[in-house]
Amino acid sequence: MDHDYYPEDLIRGVLRSVRTIAMVGASAHWNRPSYFAMKYLQRKGYRIVPVNPKEAGGMILGERVYGALAEIPFKIDMVDIFRASQAAGPITDEAIEVGARVVWMQLGVRDDAAARRAERAGLTVIMNRCPKIEYGRLSGEIGWLGINTRVISSKRKKGV
Amino acid sequence: MDTPEYGFETLAIHAGAAPDPTTGARTTPIYQTTSYVFDDVDHAASLFNLQVFGNIYTRITNPTTSVLEERVAALEGGRAALAAASGHAAQLLVMHTLLEVGDEFIASDKLYGGSITQFSHSFRRMGWTGLLVDPDDPDNFRRALTPRTKAIFIESLANPGGIVIDIESIAAIAHGAGIPLIVDNTLASPYLCRPFGWGADIIVHSLTKFLGGHGNSIGGILVESGKFDWAAGGKFPALTEPTPSYHNLRFYETFGDMAFCVAARTVGLRDLGPALSPMNAFLILTGIETLPLRMARHCENALKVATFLESHDRVAWVSYAGLPSSRYHNLARKYLSNGAGAVMTFGVKGGYEAGIRLVENVSLLSHLANIGDTRSLIIHPASTTHRQLNAEQLVASGSGPDVVRLSIGLESANDIIRDLDQALAA
Ligand SMILES: Cc1ncc(COP(=O)(O)O)c(C=O)c1O
Repeated sequence: MDHDYYPEDLIRGVLRSVRTIAMVGASAHWNRPSYFAMKYLQRKGYRIVPVNPKEAGGMILGERVYGALAEIPFKIDMVDIFRASQAAGPITDEAIEVGARVVWMQLGVRDDAAARRAERAGLTVIMNRCPKIEYGRLSGEIGWLGINTRVISSKRKKGV
Repeated sequence: MDTPEYGFETLAIHAGAAPDPTTGARTTPIYQTTSYVFDDVDHAASLFNLQVFGNIYTRITNPTTSVLEERVAALEGGRAALAAASGHAAQLLVMHTLLEVGDEFIASDKLYGGSITQFSHSFRRMGWTGLLVDPDDPDNFRRALTPRTKAIFIESLANPGGIVIDIESIAAIAHGAGIPLIVDNTLASPYLCRPFGWGADIIVHSLTKFLGGHGNSIGGILVESGKFDWAAGGKFPALTEPTPSYHNLRFYETFGDMAFCVAARTVGLRDLGPALSPMNAFLILTGIETLPLRMARHCENALKVATFLESHDRVAWVSYAGLPSSRYHNLARKYLSNGAGAVMTFGVKGGYEAGIRLVENVSLLSHLANIGDTRSLIIHPASTTHRQLNAEQLVASGSGPDVVRLSIGLESANDIIRDLDQALAA
């Protein structure tokens, strides 16, 4: 898997197929990037489950916060890692453990060894990208801010 | 690659646009509306907090204008763009995002006269100092650097004409000092020059000129490459420090490689207010669809006119970088390989008076203060656009008393030449 360039269909496929996303490193503060991403993805119909030991037991944007992936009592499709690259390895191993199908590391987060372990276990891995930005780009919404989506299409756009 | 690499001509027509999701309308509709409904209170709050993408009020975003922004970002190979009411408004938004009171920037002294005036007078009253240096020696920028210098500003192909700037060398000086290079790419347009490829960090355009191309709409735009590290030197607090008017959000941390445009929009454009109208955005978008065809013909006609003038006995000199005699010819071959543009200057024998006589005797060329129209245009800068400048600035900016500026249009080249010939004889 080439982790420098992801085909558009791969990203589209992930965003279309996952519904429940655990966000590791979700912040309770409204002006943090993770809070922005969580709020946006919720509005697009995803269930976002915040994971953050410091906030465990509390609520973020209407969702209960868990201290670790293993504590989530239901199945999750994807783990979104909002932590520094050094923390990504152990979180990826936990994601494999709990049976997630996708590991997604945020912009600036990358761990190639962890990605290989996850891929060997059959997971799809995306690194150094933001699902909010990718959703906005593929749906054309981010173009509303004058951002270059690099998408050219003669079809009516709806969603990703 | 993410997407196939589309050609410039394809991007000029399609980038940013798609059939309207509701009606299927194929060209971009003119969203002639001031404001947009919220789904509910929570949606409104998310929009105001910049947590979701969407429209609130046309001063900040508009769906017609955003197609234009994405189109120009794509043509320049940039990450994002922000349109404004005029080229000057775009320059204001760039500097407002970069500079604090007491900060400095260094600008080429070979600029559109209006930019020199904006920098030397109106910006100074805001506490921003624009120092002017001769760009022909790039080291002049290095020598003018101080700890308060926050940017370098140049035109790629300079107005009034024929002057090509060594973008790559100046970009290296800017980056050595940890500051961005801003390039006004108005005269070249992205068809002739792609400054991001030579190290520019921000590009500005007067859309009024070649991008719109038909002399019917004023507009401007800024584009960011997405590659500049705003945090490295701690020089750009408006991007890296908490923003009080957004509950202490930090733009660079939150928006990364598109932070400059988001900040320029949601602080600069929101608070200073120079928004482009959707009608103008539509007209400019329509113009851009034919940019490649027009620029190619502009350059072809301009070279014919320049060659004619160079051999005319009432013409003292011609400054057009497409002529082998130009001192900028080698730079033009490097930076403007598709052609040297439509704008040139030349000296009429007989000085100031002869210049005035010429502009009053043309009958096909239009005597007016603009460039980048389908029509051929002529002006005597010293008596018009550049009259705010003092004698020294006039010469420095290439607008001495004998200088006439042409912006060659898309008429039959022979007709343009015949008109100039009869007016020079008058
Ligand atoms: C090179 C250049 N930059 C900027 C401007 C200012 O643009 P506007 O007139 O759209 O404000 C002009 C206008 O003549 C120009 O020629």
